[in-house]
Amino acid sequence: MKRAVVLGMGGLGCPAALALCEGAASLGLALTLRLVDDDRVERSNLSRQVLFRERDTGSLKAHAACERLRALCPEAFAGPHPVALEPVAARFDEQTASQLLAGADVLLDGTDSFETRFLANDRALAGRVPLVHGAVLQWTGQLLAVLPGGPCLRCLFEGPPPPGAVPACAQAGVASPLCGLVGAEMAAEALRLLSATPARAAGRLLRWEALHARFRTVAIPRDPACPACGPAQERVAARADLVHG
Amino acid sequence: MPVTVKIPAPLRPLTQNQSEVVVEATGTVGAAVTELTTRFPGLKDRLLDDKGALRRYVNVFRNEEDIRAAGGLGATLKDGDKLAVVPAIAGGLR
Repeated sequence: MKRAVVLGMGGLGCPAALALCEGAASLGLALTLRLVDDDRVERSNLSRQVLFRERDTGSLKAHAACERLRALCPEAFAGPHPVALEPVAARFDEQTASQLLAGADVLLDGTDSFETRFLANDRALAGRVPLVHGAVLQWTGQLLAVLPGGPCLRCLFEGPPPPGAVPACAQAGVASPLCGLVGAEMAAEALRLLSATPARAAGRLLRWEALHARFRTVAIPRDPACPACGPAQERVAARADLVHG
Repeated sequence: MPVTVKIPAPLRPLTQNQSEVVVEATGTVGAAVTELTTRFPGLKDRLLDDKGALRRYVNVFRNEEDIRAAGGLGATLKDGDKLAVVPAIAGGLR
């Protein structure tokens, strides 16, 4: 039994969870899906948070998502390897990180906070849990997989911006269909990691510019001075068989 | 020595909505960034800190290569090189 932990049941977490259920069923993968979010559904979420309907407004996202997944993917919850769901109405922070990551084989981060994203990076590395990082802002989407040993998010960006320096999606907006694309790609990368298939985004930043139909990949070199995955940290070498298939 | 700089969508309001800007750089990425921020002063605070270094939540790629591994702002340029500014983004939840 493998366990995937999804942080944030929003524009990315919803399509990622849906694709993970479908993907696990089609691959015959025994999967436990832990869905983490302390937020409640708002009407303004519905255009891109595809697991929720108007009647879910006010419900806890983690629980509403589980209910909808069971309805949408009945085949994933039957058969010899049914998907198990673990809704957790909690926020990922210093106090909850260890508990939320317990038993995780892969972590998917689709949260809306730079602080949470860098914390997820650091705690995933410390716990040697592969991380799939996805983000969307306006028409730009990005994906990066961080394997134990790095390179990691801090090799690309040294740290989070100060509050207000970079617009959040709540202010700048998000192209809803791009959330579906990036969320599905996050799930596909997680399924590759869970099934020992070579990862596509390990050490590489995948970027979509949807408005201009552009897709680019850039290599992320490991920063020797990285405080999260550099030599000062206890590391294991990235498994060559999981990288760039 | 013309060099093309790709501007990410969140910063385009500061470049009159241009997705690419051609600068006549003089040898290094730092020179290209200086010319870029001279033409578009609003970019300076978004790209550089008080000491003139790249902000820690912004990165620049030269022909798909991270400049941090190539000398940072001192990384050299040649005619026709392409630079891409890549800022951290966090959206996805709400």
